[in-house]
Amino acid sequence: MGNVIALDSILGLGELKAPAESTPVEASGCTTSSCGSSDGPADMDPAVWEKVKNHPCYSEEAHHYFARMHVAVAPACNIQCNYCNRKYDCSNESRPGVVSEKLTPDQAIRKILAVAQEIPQLSVIGIAGPGDSLAAGAKNTFATFEHLQKKAPDLKLCLSTNGLALPETVERIAQYNIDHVTITINMVDPEVGQHIYPWIFYKHKRWTGLDAAKILHEQQMLGLEMLTARGILVKVNSVMIPGINDAHLLDVNKAVKSRGAFLHNIMPLISDPAHGTHFGLTGQRGPSAQELKVVQDACEGGAKLMRHCRQCRADAVGLLGEDRGEEFTADKVEAMGEIHDDGDARRTYREHVESERAGRHASKEAAKAEVQETVGTQADPILIAVATKGGERINEHFGHAKEFQIYEVGPKGAKFVGHRRVDQYCEGGTGDGETLDTVLSAINDCAAVFVAKIGGCPSKSLEAAGIEPVDRFAFEYIEESALSYFKDYAERLGRGAVRSRAGQDAVIRTGALTARRA
Amino acid sequence: MAYKIKSAECTVCGACEAECPNIAIGFKKGTYVIDPAKCSECEGQFDSPQCASVCPADCCVPA
Repeated sequence: MGNVIALDSILGLGELKAPAESTPVEASGCTTSSCGSSDGPADMDPAVWEKVKNHPCYSEEAHHYFARMHVAVAPACNIQCNYCNRKYDCSNESRPGVVSEKLTPDQAIRKILAVAQEIPQLSVIGIAGPGDSLAAGAKNTFATFEHLQKKAPDLKLCLSTNGLALPETVERIAQYNIDHVTITINMVDPEVGQHIYPWIFYKHKRWTGLDAAKILHEQQMLGLEMLTARGILVKVNSVMIPGINDAHLLDVNKAVKSRGAFLHNIMPLISDPAHGTHFGLTGQRGPSAQELKVVQDACEGGAKLMRHCRQCRADAVGLLGEDRGEEFTADKVEAMGEIHDDGDARRTYREHVESERAGRHASKEAAKAEVQETVGTQADPILIAVATKGGERINEHFGHAKEFQIYEVGPKGAKFVGHRRVDQYCEGGTGDGETLDTVLSAINDCAAVFVAKIGGCPSKSLEAAGIEPVDRFAFEYIEESALSYFKDYAERLGRGAVRSRAGQDAVIRTGALTARRA
Repeated sequence: MAYKIKSAECTVCGACEAECPNIAIGFKKGTYVIDPAKCSECEGQFDSPQCASVCPADCCVPA
């Protein structure tokens, strides 16, 4: 079994060229549009940075280096959402709430230690259902965390919840040192909520309509306030449902920011009749890539936005862009025999990441300053798609990429703004032509695609579609390369050698994710 | 009088087991079952049978 990302793909490859003058940059400068979301130690309380720096779901930077694992010990739920159908499961399906094997707390501990032994990038253990982690008295959730704390104290604990049972469980969450909690909040107005939640089960009663949405809303806000008052970091997830809560998400962003939420993650609705959800069956559509980005951009300046969420399964294992759960099924974990997890490999890996990170801040700022000097500060930013398998480097072959990471780059710097899945599994598409069409529609709003390597045929198709394939930055860091490319692009745009792709949109794929490494 | 679980529709989430005030629901051979001797349909305890109120698949029904 290989590592999540081959260590040699990070170590020693594409050594970063030292910036000419590595002057330390003032932390308080706040010169980028992404101020507050650039996600580095410079714009964060050191205590908070210490908590999130190795958590892939709370830090965009960390998600290039660290892996998470969800254990499916909480199948029961206390509410019904119109985007969820618990009867449906395909093992190739990637959606929250979906899981193939439910685990008892004992099975979960064994599985965690088995994964920990194999994957040194592992830093976080989360419980995300497949129901609600705090429903049914949260018995399994707390039993799992209690044991895990004793067995592998270096692993961070987190859970996600709809918030209905939060106020009565906050004390225990604090007691088990769970310092990351995600609440799914899709509305702060019951009038909106009644179109998302058909019912909730609360105080021994099933509530429907406005009453249900009102109770849920009040519990969510109270739970959020109680968590942040105890210094527990809270991420808020919102599902963007066009026509129902898309415009309302700005209010959600303000409401959760004012109550101390650390991060706001606006995700596209996954809707397909085959999933048997209410929204899927009634033809409710999800947003396009640009619709999602417009709402996310509108929320910038409010609660810090997260854009790297992969909406993973309740039993996902690995880096966010992939799922290695199949390697750790109950049968396979059982067959592993005695498990020795001493945490040494994880310690070594974390030291390595720390050394990689040192100096990056200065080199990014130097690259940005160079762009501002040559291009000026007024040029419009562009989007770039990147084939990567982690480590913040351009280190994946175009044809092997299961997703592309999307960076917005311009005079204000380069920042991660999203990701587009392009895997074909379960879609019925087998031919290369179809695969390429999927890629083209997924990155149609990008000016260029950065790859470690690319063949002649796809290169030509990309060029014909107006997207420039770029392999000259193979194995280099993404952000510095994007800025260097932008300098050149702006010069070519100025003399009419390239056409702007402003106004183009792209398709968000919501089918199966089977991004396993070959 | 008692309730039963339609096992073909059950998602095996266990929400009913946690809510049953009579400990009438148990996990047997891969599915949840209600012991009719213990089930009271929650009469005198709650407004409605708790298993049916919490079930996401609406598969707890009168036997």
